[in-house]
Amino acid sequence: MRFAKTIAAASVLAVASMTLGTAVMAAPSQLTLWTHAAGNPAELKIIQQISTDFNASQSKYKVVIKKFPQADYNESVVAAAASKSLPDILDLDGPNMPNWAWGKYIQPITVPAATLKKFLPGTQGVYNGKLYSLGLYDAAAGIFARKSVLEKAGVRVPTVAKPWTGAEFDAALATFKKSGDFKYSIDMGTGWSGEWWPYGFSPFLQSFGGDLINRSNYTTAEGTLNGAAALKWGKWFQGLFTKGYVNPKETGGREAFLNGDAALQFNGNWAATDAYKKFGSDLLFLPTPDFGRGPKIGTSSWQWGVSSTTKNAAGANAWINFATKDKYLVQFSNAIGLIPATAAAAAKSILYKKGSPYEVFPTLSAKFGLKRPPTPAYPIIAKAFEKAGTDIMNGADVQGALDAAVDTIGADLAANKNYKK
Amino acid sequence: MTQLKSGRPKHRMSALKRAEAHFGRLAILPALILILVFLVTPTLLAFGLSVFNARLVSPNPPEFVGLDNFSRLLSVDFRVIDAIKDDAGHLLKDEAGAFTFPTTRAIQTGVDILHRKGELLSWTIDGGTRKAIILAGDPLFWKSLWNTTIFVLIVVPIQAGIALGLALFVNIKRRGANFFRTIIFIPVVTSMIVISILWLFMYQKEGLINSLLSSFIPGYVPVDWLGNPDTALGAIIFMSIWQAVGFHMIIWLSGLQTIAGELYEAAKIDGANAIQRFTNVTWPGLKNTRIFVLITITIAAFGLFAQVNVMTKGGPLDSTTTLVYQAFLAAYGRQQMGYGSTIAVVFFVIVLVVSLVQRFLTRDKD
Repeated sequence: MRFAKTIAAASVLAVASMTLGTAVMAAPSQLTLWTHAAGNPAELKIIQQISTDFNASQSKYKVVIKKFPQADYNESVVAAAASKSLPDILDLDGPNMPNWAWGKYIQPITVPAATLKKFLPGTQGVYNGKLYSLGLYDAAAGIFARKSVLEKAGVRVPTVAKPWTGAEFDAALATFKKSGDFKYSIDMGTGWSGEWWPYGFSPFLQSFGGDLINRSNYTTAEGTLNGAAALKWGKWFQGLFTKGYVNPKETGGREAFLNGDAALQFNGNWAATDAYKKFGSDLLFLPTPDFGRGPKIGTSSWQWGVSSTTKNAAGANAWINFATKDKYLVQFSNAIGLIPATAAAAAKSILYKKGSPYEVFPTLSAKFGLKRPPTPAYPIIAKAFEKAGTDIMNGADVQGALDAAVDTIGADLAANKNYKK
Repeated sequence: MTQLKSGRPKHRMSALKRAEAHFGRLAILPALILILVFLVTPTLLAFGLSVFNARLVSPNPPEFVGLDNFSRLLSVDFRVIDAIKDDAGHLLKDEAGAFTFPTTRAIQTGVDILHRKGELLSWTIDGGTRKAIILAGDPLFWKSLWNTTIFVLIVVPIQAGIALGLALFVNIKRRGANFFRTIIFIPVVTSMIVISILWLFMYQKEGLINSLLSSFIPGYVPVDWLGNPDTALGAIIFMSIWQAVGFHMIIWLSGLQTIAGELYEAAKIDGANAIQRFTNVTWPGLKNTRIFVLITITIAAFGLFAQVNVMTKGGPLDSTTTLVYQAFLAAYGRQQMGYGSTIAVVFFVIVLVVSLVQRFLTRDKD
């Protein structure tokens, strides 16, 4: 009996304190915000700062943050959507946006045109002509090299105006291999699985003239991902491994370039700081080679969107607009090394201001950036491309591997009536 | 229990029995609820989803597709095709001098893309002028079934055997037995993800395994264990046996300790040597343990997933893909919940049938 009494007393207390709590908090509506940044304290701190500032700036809304590890984030959002418990504001990986927009997870957002036109194209998540998400930073990829190494090998230093041709690049890889100074000519990031494959390697395919899907209608990959240009890309990519230029089993840490085991490295700007710390002014950030259609690199990183189930779309949009202030864009860039979303913020940032060694990345993104295809089929395309890429790397018949990817994508499009409804 | 059998008045017994039964029902309740919520419900859901084209992310309601998922998954076809001829009727040869054949897509024109089959196996006949092809609706399913079967066939006997050996070894009351028991059991209580990442490093070309082997074998050429289609599955098998052997050692050990010491003493008095004691006392005494170990290892082996997901992602060239990995990939990677569930249902049936056959073969024949 005494036990039962204690329980009763405790519940009364709990209920009372909850009621009290709600009474005090009743004034502003609560907005829940989900982010993938639990494992990245620097990024999380800025998101917290923005929310604290936002909460203090007005009295209608109060943003509460819930953080997730990146590896579990997408699953959490999908599970929340299935159980109709999505938050009001959420961040999302740019290329997945159309899938979530089509799935009615998110709704279009409202950002004034004057603000939007200052943002890099890669940060704007547009699907079906509507803006669904906005990034506060963007990523860019390039070739990391050492001036001294290129000079010793007699390899021309490429520029944004005159990048390496495909032939020049291949010749450089052969030179490095032959020199005996390196185990491998270039570290491409084969130790990374998942999104790196389509983000990193599909731009090479696009430079050859192929693509992940036919972008004129988004209803087939036939002839685009398995046509003559794609076949040329596949043979070239396979050649990187058969000729011994690239290690098919690189480590996830990607130390080969820093250790001097590889002459070059193909990587994103997020890795630039480590390389710069190691090599200082000897380090060069170079554009990717031109295999016919100009150099290409991927764009679009994590972006912010508003869930379709929120009761406070106005408040959620207000938070996103609040976060577009240059000072936050600068903070993000300074803290996590990514490209600020606007030129004004870039000029004020430590890494991307004029005269900084990283200045080239925004240029690369603006000149050579290409979004991964904005279609709801993207997550399936990404998996199909990764499978084809790894199979080609491991010696599969190139045409067969690309045909299989085209069939996987085609079957998905057919099963979803081309995502038209 | 001895109290109940000691011949007290009947009504007293049943009151006690009722109280005990009541407590028993209460005691299994938590486990029962957990099993219902997290095991029975998902299993039933999987059966339900397997006849729908359900998607992970979609604004559209799932449509009933009957057994179409099953026919796409399980369909196979056998064809014999002729080499390509030029207009004059001569057989065309490629650069390597072999006859050329139309692709599997070319021989399936008119088949809608959802039901287009891929090549599972092919070989040339009639001096290379014709090719026999086995086509499958989902070639990866059959490759996965093959890999999983190999894994089970190798892991079950070897892991059970080594575990028994270890159990016999640590069962002897000698100094350090507890130490060995703990050492052997450590991998079992370590997360499979952590172990997989560690072995990923150890299996590298410059990794620990290769440097160990090269220090023992003169002229040893390092092998990229997980990067080579011929060695990747073997590498996963080796590591999996090492990881789980401790668990089954403990089960064998519990079986060994149920065998009465008097039996060994009697056997010794009868002049039985160690081998005779093992075959006539230990082995028969372990009958129930044996069945348990056999069935649990088989089921665990069929469920191979974490190692593959961390270490190889099914590669290289599908050499380590498994049924559970394919179900996971279909449902979450390609967002086809319905099709993923179909793979899960087929997997469920396979494991059930194998377990029932094992149970039948090991049944009490008396």
